[in-house]
Amino acid sequence: MHNKSLRELALGLRNNDFSSVELTQYFLDRIAAHKDINAFITVNKDVSLQQAAEADNMLSSDNSHPLTGIPLAQKDIFCTDGMRTSCGSKMLDNFIAPYDATVIHKLRQAGSVTLGKTNMDEFAMGSSNETSYYGRVLNPWDKNRVPGGSSGGSAAAVAARLAPAATGTDTGGSIRQPASFCGVTGLKPSYGRVSRYGMIAFASSLDQGGPMTQSAEDAAILLQAMSGFDERDSTSVDIAVPDFSSKLEQDLKGLKIGMPVEFFNEDLDAEIASIVMDALHEYEKLGAELVEISLPNSHLSVPCYYVLAPAEASSNLSRFDGARYGYRTAEYDDLLDMYNKTRAEGFGQEVKRRIMIGTYALSAGYYDAYYLKAQKIRRLISQDFSRAFEKCDVIAGPTAPGTAFRFGEKSDDPVAMYLNDIYTISVNLAGLPGMSLPAGMDSHKLPVGLQLIGQYFDESRLLNAAHRYQLATDWHKRRPDGF
Amino acid sequence: MEWETVIGLEIHTQLRTKSKIFSGASTTYGAEPNTQVCAVDIALPGALPVMNRDAARMAVKFGLAIGAKINQTSIFDRKNYFYPDLPKGYQISQLHLPIVGKGSITIDIDGKKKVIGITRAHLEEDAGKSLHEDYHGMTGIDLNRAGTPLIEIVSEPDMRSAAEAVAYLKSIHSLVRYLDICDGNMQEGSFRCDANVSVRPRGQQEFGTRTELKNINSFRFVEKAIDIEVERQIDILESGGRVVQETRLYDSDKNQTRSMRSKEEANDYRYFPDPDLPQMVLEDSFIESIRAELPELPDARCQRFITEYGLSDYDAGTLTANRELADFYEQAVAALPAQPKLIANWVNGELAAHLNRDNTSIADSPVTATMLGELVARIDDNTISGKIAKEVFEAIWNGEGTADEIIEKRGLKQISDDSAIEPIVDEILASNPTQIEQYKGGNTKLLGFFVGQVMKATQGKANPKQVNELLRRKLGD
Repeated sequence: MHNKSLRELALGLRNNDFSSVELTQYFLDRIAAHKDINAFITVNKDVSLQQAAEADNMLSSDNSHPLTGIPLAQKDIFCTDGMRTSCGSKMLDNFIAPYDATVIHKLRQAGSVTLGKTNMDEFAMGSSNETSYYGRVLNPWDKNRVPGGSSGGSAAAVAARLAPAATGTDTGGSIRQPASFCGVTGLKPSYGRVSRYGMIAFASSLDQGGPMTQSAEDAAILLQAMSGFDERDSTSVDIAVPDFSSKLEQDLKGLKIGMPVEFFNEDLDAEIASIVMDALHEYEKLGAELVEISLPNSHLSVPCYYVLAPAEASSNLSRFDGARYGYRTAEYDDLLDMYNKTRAEGFGQEVKRRIMIGTYALSAGYYDAYYLKAQKIRRLISQDFSRAFEKCDVIAGPTAPGTAFRFGEKSDDPVAMYLNDIYTISVNLAGLPGMSLPAGMDSHKLPVGLQLIGQYFDESRLLNAAHRYQLATDWHKRRPDGF
Repeated sequence: MEWETVIGLEIHTQLRTKSKIFSGASTTYGAEPNTQVCAVDIALPGALPVMNRDAARMAVKFGLAIGAKINQTSIFDRKNYFYPDLPKGYQISQLHLPIVGKGSITIDIDGKKKVIGITRAHLEEDAGKSLHEDYHGMTGIDLNRAGTPLIEIVSEPDMRSAAEAVAYLKSIHSLVRYLDICDGNMQEGSFRCDANVSVRPRGQQEFGTRTELKNINSFRFVEKAIDIEVERQIDILESGGRVVQETRLYDSDKNQTRSMRSKEEANDYRYFPDPDLPQMVLEDSFIESIRAELPELPDARCQRFITEYGLSDYDAGTLTANRELADFYEQAVAALPAQPKLIANWVNGELAAHLNRDNTSIADSPVTATMLGELVARIDDNTISGKIAKEVFEAIWNGEGTADEIIEKRGLKQISDDSAIEPIVDEILASNPTQIEQYKGGNTKLLGFFVGQVMKATQGKANPKQVNELLRRKLGD
C-alpha cells in the first residue's frame, strides 16, 4: 500500500479498494510505528480522519480531484487553520494559526487530507534538520545520519513511506538537498509559481514551496495543485499553469543538457561525480545531447546568499517579539527586557546567528559593502544562467557535494554546513526551477541526487526529463531497509 | 546678533481609502480596539502585504497638485525597529525612490506670495497606538490604525518663521481636503506634523544644528512650539553653548520642549527594499486618468473668485481656503447671482461667526447655501434691512424656517412707504426741538441721531435710505 504512486492511490480510492479514512489510518499507523524517525512535529489523528471522511464524501460525488482523499505530510512552515504551526521553533510551540496558507488551502480544496506537520530546521535555517526545537530527524537509510534540511522531516517521511507525498520549501536547497540525502524526488518551482502566503518567511525573495515525492510523476500532480497566481502574494506571478502531467512522456531526443564546468571540477567528490556522470550517460541513451556550459560566478553564490538570506531573515523574524502570539519569557522588567529575553530564549543558536549576520549586513555603514554588493552579485549569477540557457534546455549536475553525513559532523562548523548548498543556492538566487532526483547509491549505500535546473517557469521540461529518466531507471524505487 | 529661523516640516497625511494600505481591513476611525485588523495588520506568521491601488492613486493626485515629478517606478523599503504598536517589527515606507518627487506650493504670508519647496512625498503605513493610561502599569495596544495609508510630505527648509510654517501647513491642509484624499482631522490624527527647526546668524549660508519637534498636532501648537524652540536655541547660542541635534517633544501644558532622544540614541533603521513587494510601476494611463479628475485647486479658485465675483484678495482667500466653504459660497451665489460681494460678506461674517460660536462644520450648518441666498435676496430687494437680516439669520440658524417665513411671521417687512414713514419722522422732529436747533446750528452729525430715533420707533423696519431722505428734506437741507 505505502509504495503506491499517487495515481495508483487515486485509482484505488475510486475503485473502492480502500477509503480515504482507511488510507489515512494506514499512514497514521505507520507514523506511530516509526516514531523514532521523528519526521513529524504534530500529528492530529482526529482532524486527519475527519478530513478523510469529508474526502470520502467528495469521492462519491463528481467533483473530485486527483488528490482527493490522499493523505499528505505538510512541512510545519505552512500555516494550518486549527493545527499547530511551529516552524520547528520554541518561539511558535504554542502557535495555532487562524488561517490556512494558500498552498494548504489549495491542497485541502482538492480534497487531500493533512496527515500531519513535518519536522524541519528551525525557521528553515539549516541543512541537516539538527536545528529543530523538536529534535533531530533520522535518515531512514541510516539512522546515524542526517536527513538533510531544512525539509528533512518531509524527505524522511516520503523516504520511509510514512506519507505518500509531502510539501517542502526551498530557500537555498531545502527541498533538493534533503531529497538527495533521502533518495526522493524534490522540486523547487520557479520563484513566483507557488504562493508564499501563509508560508512562514525565512528569506522572502528566495523562499518557494514545492513537492517532495516518490517520483516525478507524483511531483507533477502535487505541483499542479500547489501552483498558481495568488492575489494575496504580490510576488506570485500571474502566468498560466501548464498541465504538468501531460508533458511527462515527451521524447528527449535533441534535448540539450548543459554541464557547468564549475560543478564538475576537482572539488567534487569522485564517487558523486561518477554517479552523476552515469546519469548523464543515461540521458545520452535517451537521445539527449550533453553540452559544456559555464556559470562563472557560481563560486560567489554561497557568500552572496549568506548576506541576502540573513538580511531578509533578520527583518522577517522581527515579528516574533512576544507581544501578540508565540513564546513570551516568564518574567521581565520592562519592554526591552521582554524583547531581549523572549528572543534569547525563544530562538535557537542558528537562528540567532543568522539574525545577527543579517542585522550587521544591513547596518548603517555596512549596507553598501554587504547588502548592495550581494544584490549586484545576485544579478551576475542570474545573467550567468541566462547565457547558459542560450546553449542548453536544462542544466544538470550534483544536488549536493556529498551524501548524508553523521549527526554532529558539521553542526559545530557553520561554514562546512553552509557549503552543503553550494550547488543549489545559485538556483534560488536566479529564481529558477530546480529538481533533485535519485540517481544512484554511494559506497555507504546512501542515495545520491542528480540536480536538474530549468529555465524560468519551465517546470514542465524538468518534470519531463526527470520522468523519462525514472522510466529508464529504478533508483527512485529503492527503499531503505525496514520500510 | 540678529538670528534667522529655518524651518522644514514633515507632514503625515492619512489617506482616506476604505481599506488599509497593504490589507483589506477597514480604516474606519474610532472602532473598538483591535477590531479593524486582519492577519496582515497583526503580522501573523506568513501574512503578506498587497499594495492598495487607491492609496497610490491618492498619492499621485497629491503629486500632480503640487506640480511634482511622479516617479513611475517607486520602491517600498522596510524601516526596522521594535515597538509593540509596530507588529511586523518594521514599517513599510519608501526611502530611496518615493512615489512623489520634487514639487512646490505657494503660500500667502501677510499678502505676499512665497513658494515653499516640497522635497518629496512618500507612501507608508501608519503604526498602531500604545495606550498607556487606564492599564495600571501595563500598556494597551490598539492596532486599528496599524496599516492605515499615509503620505509623508517633506518640505524643503524654506520657512523662516513660525507664521510661515503655519501658513504652509494650512495650505497643505487645504489642498489635501480639496483633493479629497484626507479628512484633515487633526484631533483624530489624520493630519500630523513634525517640525525641523534651527537658527543661524542672519546672512550665514550654512544651516545651524536642527532639532525635530514632535507632538505639535494643531496649528496653534505648531506656532507656539516653534517660537519657544527658536527662543531656546537662541538662548543657548547667545550664552556660548551649542544646540544638540535631537528629537524634542512639545509639552503644550507647560509650553516648552523637552529632549526625547539624541542623535546618538537614534535607531539604525536598517532600511532595505521590501522583498515582499515588487517595484510599483505606474502606467501613463493611470497617471493621466488621475490628472483628468483633478479638481480646481485653491489657488486657481481664489483667482477666479477675484476676477469672476469681484472679491477682495482677502475675501477670496478666506472663502477658498476650505473646499466646502467655497462650494457653499458658490451655491449661494447661484441663488442670487447679482450680489456676489454681499454674499461673501455674509459667509465670511455672520455665517463664519455662527459656525465658530457653535463649533460646527460647514457641512453641518443649519443655514444652507440656498437659505442664505434667499435671505440676502431679501436685503437686495429692500424687503428687510441688513440689520433686520441678522435677526432673521439667527432665526434660520435656530431652525425657525426660511427667510420669507420668518419675515412674515415676525412682521419684519421693511416699511418703504413714505406715507407710513412720514408721520413718524414728523413726530420725532416735534419732540426734539433742541436737537433741531443744534443741527441747524451746524452740528450735522445729529442726522444720525434722528435716523436712530425713527428706526427705534419702527423697530428697525423703516427703510433707512428713505428715512434719511425724508429727514434731510424736512430739516431743510
